[in-house]
Amino acid sequence: MPEERTALEGPAAQFNEEVLIRRIRDGERELFYELIRPYERRVFAAAFAILRNEADAEDTAQEAMLKAFKHIRQFRAESRFSTWLIQITVNEARMRRRKEHANIIEPIVDRQDEEGNYTPRDFADWREIPLETLERKEVRQKLAEALASLGEKYREVFVLRDMQQLSIEETAKALGISAASVKTRLLRARLMLRELLAPGLGGNWSSRLSLAKGVKPW
Amino acid sequence: MVVTCEEVWREVSNYLEGEVDPTLRAAMEEHFRGCKRCTAVLDGTRNVIQLYGDERMFEVPLGFSHRLHRRLEENIVPARRTFLGWMVAAAAAVLVAGGFEVARSSVFSHPELRTEHAESSSGVPPDLMVVVATDGKTFHIPGCPFIHDKARLRTIAAREAMQEGYAPCVRCMRKYLNA
Ligand SMILES: [Zn+2]
Ligand SMILES: [Zn+2]
Repeated sequence: MPEERTALEGPAAQFNEEVLIRRIRDGERELFYELIRPYERRVFAAAFAILRNEADAEDTAQEAMLKAFKHIRQFRAESRFSTWLIQITVNEARMRRRKEHANIIEPIVDRQDEEGNYTPRDFADWREIPLETLERKEVRQKLAEALASLGEKYREVFVLRDMQQLSIEETAKALGISAASVKTRLLRARLMLRELLAPGLGGNWSSRLSLAKGVKPW
Repeated sequence: MVVTCEEVWREVSNYLEGEVDPTLRAAMEEHFRGCKRCTAVLDGTRNVIQLYGDERMFEVPLGFSHRLHRRLEENIVPARRTFLGWMVAAAAAVLVAGGFEVARSSVFSHPELRTEHAESSSGVPPDLMVVVATDGKTFHIPGCPFIHDKARLRTIAAREAMQEGYAPCVRCMRKYLNA
């Protein structure tokens, strides 16, 4: 979908968004569809990364969009609309998780000491995985599985900073944590993902990802 | 200044964010030249960021958009919508989309982008000096950690880079993309 890829936050797009938001506030409610169209997939991705369940993520994405519409007057132009929308989505997803998943045990990595040093265990030469391999569903699947296996505090930070491209400060604000915590968790998340996906690794991480037997999806 | 492998691992993420001071940065680069293990960690971490940062990672279930719009329609737009109302909305949408296209194309024309996942580059100052790798797809601020092939770099004006189809790096060019 070309419009979903080009309508990112360049100045032209932002000008366009300002106009749209003003007109929506002035009563042209149906323009809201235009406003959110470029972000539908990102909103779902943010919800899914937190909830790890498609049905919940879809419902949360819908709720977040509705909330954005209801509170459109509270949007302040100093932040990007996309950032604001993702923040709403994160809040919605976290609320739902608290409600419905209170008794789910988080993965072991969550209990790791955040302050302790993380030592990489695998130093296999990382053959670069070209971006083109993302055309393959099984590659995207492996990446999604690796991400889902991280503890939530690492997952959230990684999703906001590295997938949604929020800044460190915006990520900190969205999650209600300090910028220093964002950086610490980001380091952990990135190193863990590297290790989960590092080719040539025969450890237990890779068998959890069913990458065993030396068969790599790339 | 000399850094150990442990220090490199602790800072590799900040290094990729461009958030380490010049002294540490130089020390880390020196370390990478002599340490295969840390280079493997650096390359892998950078690749992780690039892979997950790709738009193709945003997948939605079949029918997602349709169901979303149905839900919005139930809540946002008054249920009874006149034909005139539809026409006005459609015309407005066309106007908005058209205006956007004009605004984009009037600033720079993109010949053929080397990557289809480029962000709009119209906020980048055309005279800004940037670096491109011959086989690369993106242009960067000199020294950006996301420059891959450091051996074959050229420094050119952003205008030329865009004319040659390079797209701005979403990392080091961020401030211009969100201007
Ligand atoms: Zn080292
Ligand atoms: Zn760059």
